[in-house]
Amino acid sequence: MDWRRFGFIGLIIAILFGTVVIVGMSQEAPILIIGSMMATTIAVATPLTLGALSGVFCERSGVTNIGIEGMMLSAAFFGWLASIYMSTIFGFSMGASLFVGVIAAILSGGLFALLHAVLSITYKVDQIIGGTVINILAVGVTGFLNRQLFFDKSSIFQGQVPHAPGVLPVIHLPVKEILEGFCGLFGSTPGCIVTADAIGKIFDQKPIAIAAILLVAFSHYVLFNTRWGLRTRAVGEHPRAADTVGINVIWMRYANVVIGGMLAGLAGAYFTLESVPSFEPLMTNGRGFISLAAMIFGNWTPFGAWAASLVFGASQALQINLQFFRTQIPPEWSFFQNSYAVGQIPYILTMLILTGIIGKTTPPAADGQPYEK
Amino acid sequence: MQKKDIGTMLKEALRSAVDAMLVPFLAVFTAIVIGGVVIAAVGGNPFAAYSGLFEGSFGSVKALSETAVWASPYIFAGLAVAVAFKGGLFNIGAEGQLALGAVASAWMGYALPGILGYALPIYIHLPLAVLAGMLFGMIWGAIPGALKAYTGAHEVINTIMMNYIALNLVSFLLNGPMKDKSPSNVIARTPAIAESARIPVIFDGLRVHWGFILALVVAFLIWWLLWKTTLGFQIRTVGLNPDAAKYAGINYKLIMTLTMALSGMLAGLAGTIEVTALNYRHELGFSSGYGFDAIAIALLGKTHPLGVVLAAILFAAMRNGATRMQFLTQIPVDIISVIQALILLFVAADAIVRYIYRIRQGGDKVVLTRGWGG
Amino acid sequence: MPEKKIVLEAKGITKQFPGVLANDRVDFDLREGEVHALLGENGAGKSTLMNILYGLYKPDSGEIKVNGQPLLMSSPKEAINSGIGMVHQHFMLIPVFSVTENIMLGSETDHRVNKTQAALARLDRKEVSQKVSALSDQYGFEIDPNALVGDLPVGVQQRVEIVKALYRKASILILDEPTAVLTPQEAEDLFRIVRGLTKRGVSVIFITHKLKEVLAIADRITVMRAGKVVGTAEPSNTTEQQLATLMVGREVILTVDKEKAAPKEDVLLVENLHVRDQRDLETVRGVSFHVRAGEVLGVAGVQGNGQTELAEALTGLRAVVSGKITLEGNDLTGKTPRKFTETGLAHIPEDRQKHGLVLSYTIADNLILCDYHKFPFSKRGVLQQGAIDTNARTLIKEYDVRTPSPYVAAGKLSGGNQQKVIVARELSRPVKLVIANQPTRGLDVGSIEYIHKEIISMRDSGVAVLLVSAELDEIMALSDRIAVMYRGEIVTTVDSGSVTREQLGLWMAGVSPEKV
Repeated sequence: MDWRRFGFIGLIIAILFGTVVIVGMSQEAPILIIGSMMATTIAVATPLTLGALSGVFCERSGVTNIGIEGMMLSAAFFGWLASIYMSTIFGFSMGASLFVGVIAAILSGGLFALLHAVLSITYKVDQIIGGTVINILAVGVTGFLNRQLFFDKSSIFQGQVPHAPGVLPVIHLPVKEILEGFCGLFGSTPGCIVTADAIGKIFDQKPIAIAAILLVAFSHYVLFNTRWGLRTRAVGEHPRAADTVGINVIWMRYANVVIGGMLAGLAGAYFTLESVPSFEPLMTNGRGFISLAAMIFGNWTPFGAWAASLVFGASQALQINLQFFRTQIPPEWSFFQNSYAVGQIPYILTMLILTGIIGKTTPPAADGQPYEK
Repeated sequence: MQKKDIGTMLKEALRSAVDAMLVPFLAVFTAIVIGGVVIAAVGGNPFAAYSGLFEGSFGSVKALSETAVWASPYIFAGLAVAVAFKGGLFNIGAEGQLALGAVASAWMGYALPGILGYALPIYIHLPLAVLAGMLFGMIWGAIPGALKAYTGAHEVINTIMMNYIALNLVSFLLNGPMKDKSPSNVIARTPAIAESARIPVIFDGLRVHWGFILALVVAFLIWWLLWKTTLGFQIRTVGLNPDAAKYAGINYKLIMTLTMALSGMLAGLAGTIEVTALNYRHELGFSSGYGFDAIAIALLGKTHPLGVVLAAILFAAMRNGATRMQFLTQIPVDIISVIQALILLFVAADAIVRYIYRIRQGGDKVVLTRGWGG
Repeated sequence: MPEKKIVLEAKGITKQFPGVLANDRVDFDLREGEVHALLGENGAGKSTLMNILYGLYKPDSGEIKVNGQPLLMSSPKEAINSGIGMVHQHFMLIPVFSVTENIMLGSETDHRVNKTQAALARLDRKEVSQKVSALSDQYGFEIDPNALVGDLPVGVQQRVEIVKALYRKASILILDEPTAVLTPQEAEDLFRIVRGLTKRGVSVIFITHKLKEVLAIADRITVMRAGKVVGTAEPSNTTEQQLATLMVGREVILTVDKEKAAPKEDVLLVENLHVRDQRDLETVRGVSFHVRAGEVLGVAGVQGNGQTELAEALTGLRAVVSGKITLEGNDLTGKTPRKFTETGLAHIPEDRQKHGLVLSYTIADNLILCDYHKFPFSKRGVLQQGAIDTNARTLIKEYDVRTPSPYVAAGKLSGGNQQKVIVARELSRPVKLVIANQPTRGLDVGSIEYIHKEIISMRDSGVAVLLVSAELDEIMALSDRIAVMYRGEIVTTVDSGSVTREQLGLWMAGVSPEKV
């Protein structure tokens, strides 16, 4: 990643964090604000990170995938549906239901991705059209089933949305406690304790959020240090060259697209199994597309995509945290109170990034081109 | 090289027409069959459902009128996406362009008399409202077009972002400054537009309006523009081969921007129709889904204006008939979304249809994926 | 002397593609340690045959045996395992990977390792680097294993391809048109390498369409034409003329008939031109020359020395960093393509399918591609179909384009006919300067002869011609003066009559003129 990009990310993050701190300063200690802002950022960036990773795998192997939004949406629905089935119909415990839900979400993402793979790789449909088809299909199917199952008295749920089993719990890593103990060695100053508290907050995350971060590191290792990664990248840069050394281009592309789909599925699980315990039609709200921008900005690398996702996540976290401090916002700054305005930030940011002002990016050379023997 | 006689030319024209329509027709047919299976799977009767659908869309003069009413915005939106496709661009932003066009027309419709202080005759007010819609749609389309032309930023993501920005903006306006402040109103919508800004109906008692005729006229104009003028030649050349276009001396950056502007303008018109002919105001969430439907319509119509008109009427028929279908058979209207998604699937992957029905390949494919322009 | 054993044998190979029988019952064999050349013009079926040998295509019928063992010809992997290695005409290298990564791709790990484990097995770049260095030293290649392939010059890339085959223990090496991208001196180096390989027992199949090469390097020659084998020979018992006749099927005139040129005033003047390429590298570095009416200036040079960017700058398709372009007295530096064509430029582009034609447009529409906005083809923005039709019929007849109708899509024409459409369009304007960039690449002999005749006829009618070509024979046959381009600079400009092929070759390789 070059300096221009680093600089831009740093600048935006400074502005976003700075705004919240300035606004909330009188209500809470700045370091705590930063800590909770960071924690929120990591949490809400989760679907973006996973979506961007999904894009990285697909596109590195040469298949453009704009259907990530549809894969996320369908995964959100089917994962939620599965968890409800398990808990309401089969009487599973909350933990088990949610676990099954996550698996169902991952499989759903994989299945839609398989469809995209068949369309793009075997039938050589234009990949952007194919991705759009996935998105439309996802909206149609989830809307239909949602209405059919939960608003129709004759369905298995008798037209009522049953009590969802809940959401995945926060996993508390004892970072705060360890740091507090560390502070104790130096006299337990209030400043130190507060800092420990702030840092501890950052490490209190839910399972999918944690998984996302681990997957970033793992993806980087796979992509750049293993045979799988080398072959995937080869297939995305110069498939014919890969073919001539005996690599099965079609299989590599199928596999990577399905892997991408499963990652998108996990992203979908975040929405209904980790964030809120309910499904709303179109609830992914463009996150799948923002993931693509994150992937592009990150130059198709896992860590790059993660950094970009954090920037988008931060803009969303800003909106959330400003709500929390809304009483502190002076009337002249009511612009910030207006969630419509702040809510535009991720989208405008995406467009800005895409203009390439912040640095040119290079996609895999064969990205989007079907392979003809 | 021989000159051909009229007879052979007619035969060839007929054959190519059949060729062109065969796959889309079969795509629709297959999707309907699968839709029937889905209906049966959730316990319904496909035949009753489809006959209800047909009755609701074509079964009476009133039904035909309603279908035409639904078709009007679909035709404009479908044309918008089709024109963009012809220029080699993918306009997923029809949704946002339409929303802004609607809001602009609505404002022109309800606010202008108040600002001026006096009422306007219909032949001034209505055209102004329509122009406002066209203008804002055009601007909203030109922005991603210019970004693509001059910075290489891919229009797919940009138009999607513009959709969210537009919807956010409209939401803000309809909940705030443009909200209908009459005491009986609680939802996010504009005040009703003046009589002088409304498109009149063609026949008393039926809802079908002159906007439908306008849509057909515009479709013809677009056909003429694309194939009979130099501007159209430039648009199509840029769409098929930007490198050759450059060599041909075509200012492809300008043409790209113009294409998206034109596309946005057509989408804006779709919104205008909704406001000035249907609801006489703009309501939040009303136009939701037109954007994606437009893509399906454009592809089903093979990006040709005539095809778009036919496809738009088909989609309108399905939407219109679905309410009757639901009334008669209790099958939820959402099944239409599934069928439409399936139609799009088969049209996009026409190779699948060809394989099922053993048809040979022929003709141009729409190719848009040229990478992210890095 | 005992006959060397047969290491590869192909019998009755037949392959049909839609519309063309690429290989028609071809028999071919290769003996140990020999260089067997496969000769034929573009489209004769040589590459198809090799791709079948290498497992990239499956033949419709026929069989192949390597060292007596039959091959299933199912995939390159099988070919590699049987000891066959191939260096393609367009390199199968990934520019953003290093030399090591390119070589290890597909053969990354020890095959004894369990399969699923192997997918995630850690890449050992260091080990492979060492092996690559060892191989490189063994043959004197001087390859840096950690360099990015995209940064390497073409000649070195080719050696990487050869090392790739040797790394996989190839005993049969197929070279497909290897000298297309080399200077005559680099070609000599390649021949030296090939002889070194054969001494070590490697057998080489050498595909080419160049007659001189075949006589220089081959032990045996097999000639193919239109998918069939039409003859075999050895260099000792044949001549260029005989081979050419076999290749084309009729008597071929190897030289172009032309009178001495009578050049007049300057038409094109290029002064100190600097141009950058896609990657922002300066590939044209201070080029100056002039072309006069009634003469052909040939720009000789191996592909990749800036000719592409030069031609693009001279047609308005690429921006100019600094310098001046004057056409017919008008300063056209940095102007649009349309300005160039309106000042009298005709351009026959290097990549006809990219810059020259819109393949899905009809021939008629392609013929007005540059003039659609002018009367009589359009009036006030509306296209005039009648004028377009008349124009098309006239030009098709005049330039002998083989097509049943002007409304056939250009993409359905053969390469030669497509080029004729472009020539028809370009030369039917009032033309002062023709820039012909690789005008006969990929064409059959008949079309090549046609294009050459057109160029000379243009010259004789007082047009200035700038010919850019990587085919040295073409340059020497057609040009009145020759400018040699190397690494973005014009090394020297000479009269074509007073220079030898060897001299040109040395200059093309960067040897300074004083030393030659």
